[in-house]
Amino acid sequence: MTEEVQAQPAEERQIYDPIGETPTSYLREPEGAHPPLDYPGYKSTALRHPKQPLIYLPQTITEITGPQLGPVLLGENDNDLTVQHEGEPIGERIVVSGRVFDTEGKPLRGTLVEVWQANSAGRYMHRWDRWPAPLDPNFSGAGRCVTDDEGRYRFTTIKPGPYPWGNHYNAWRPAHIHFSLLGRAFTQRLVTQMYFPGDPFFPYDPIFNSVRDERARQRMVSQFSIHDTVPNWAHAYEWDIYLRGPGATPFEEAH
Amino acid sequence: MIFETTPSQTVGPYFAIGLPFDVGPFAVPEGTPGAIHIAGTIYDGAGVPIPDFLLETWQADPDGQFADMYGYGGPSALDGFRGFARYGVEDGDGTFDILTVKPGSVPGLAGAIQAPHIDVSVFARGMLHRTVTRIYFADEVEANAGDPALARVPVERRPTLLAEPDPAVGGYRFDIRFQGPHETVFFAV
Repeated sequence: MTEEVQAQPAEERQIYDPIGETPTSYLREPEGAHPPLDYPGYKSTALRHPKQPLIYLPQTITEITGPQLGPVLLGENDNDLTVQHEGEPIGERIVVSGRVFDTEGKPLRGTLVEVWQANSAGRYMHRWDRWPAPLDPNFSGAGRCVTDDEGRYRFTTIKPGPYPWGNHYNAWRPAHIHFSLLGRAFTQRLVTQMYFPGDPFFPYDPIFNSVRDERARQRMVSQFSIHDTVPNWAHAYEWDIYLRGPGATPFEEAH
Repeated sequence: MIFETTPSQTVGPYFAIGLPFDVGPFAVPEGTPGAIHIAGTIYDGAGVPIPDFLLETWQADPDGQFADMYGYGGPSALDGFRGFARYGVEDGDGTFDILTVKPGSVPGLAGAIQAPHIDVSVFARGMLHRTVTRIYFADEVEANAGDPALARVPVERRPTLLAEPDPAVGGYRFDIRFQGPHETVFFAV
């Protein structure tokens, strides 16, 4: 048994053993790790945040377990948003890939990654999105995949465009792709947005800037990756995602 | 901790492109013995039903087992039990409706027993991070009285976490209010 473990490459030993090594709690995130629920710059938060302080919930078995939906949901071509229709969507074909880790740097394998986005003109295939940019009949803008044994996800898609919104005069969202992650536990659930490097709209966007810490904001920005570029086919962006890792033992929970 | 987490951002108004799926609102398959609906309305700070939201639930089965791949206490014996529901709506009347089974009691910390409960996440435009609450059951008076999480909630606010039996929905009614005198209790996990 010991010999078998030693024979594993170091990379594999980094990955959680799904049965044997399961955190009994997840770290409590410091103030400012996520945006505040009440953020006046983003007007819609005004009526959609609790006024009372959140109550500390001890993490129990309900919080350290979580749904595993990957195989239930995956369909053909779910990780290639450019081949879901008869024709090719218009725009810059890109590969978006990266790895899902916890904060200890351990990859999360087999976890569901869901994405949705606007088309290259910055318009969503959604009946509420009515701004006068063209729809693309060959682009729905939704995808799913499950991370591999190294925690890696990979989508082929079209680079989304920026678009205006009604928050304030001349408001524009920087180009982004929405990401949803289940992780392996209820505590790790995360919905976020991936941005593109050097976007000129960054300084003006209250949603991006709702994350107050500059270094934390940069964790939402992908990097151009010549390495992941497919020659004569698609250029590429790389973006790693970090979910909460193991925390203190549950017997030390604060009161 | 070596790395810091990726920050949360809002699901925005167009999550319906990507997140809802056909059997999402079903934590158990239709026809499961003992299946119940849990339905309710989500109200914003002005008391107006929120037309666009994504609600997710996670819970144990009636024996206290989870549909989790990591083998906590062994797998659920309930056929087709997913334990997870996702209800997403983009221009509704503020109501949700999921089909599930009433969970059993599950262990808490340090030997405590938790009353039957369901963890809930709400996502929406205007929410930069999910909000988390728990559904308890008003008809579990004894179990609720010994629940360690409810014990942390001021007595006068505990009713906001209780789903009330309601034959009209075929199970229980649980409303969520973001602000106001009956603001739902939300948790930090």
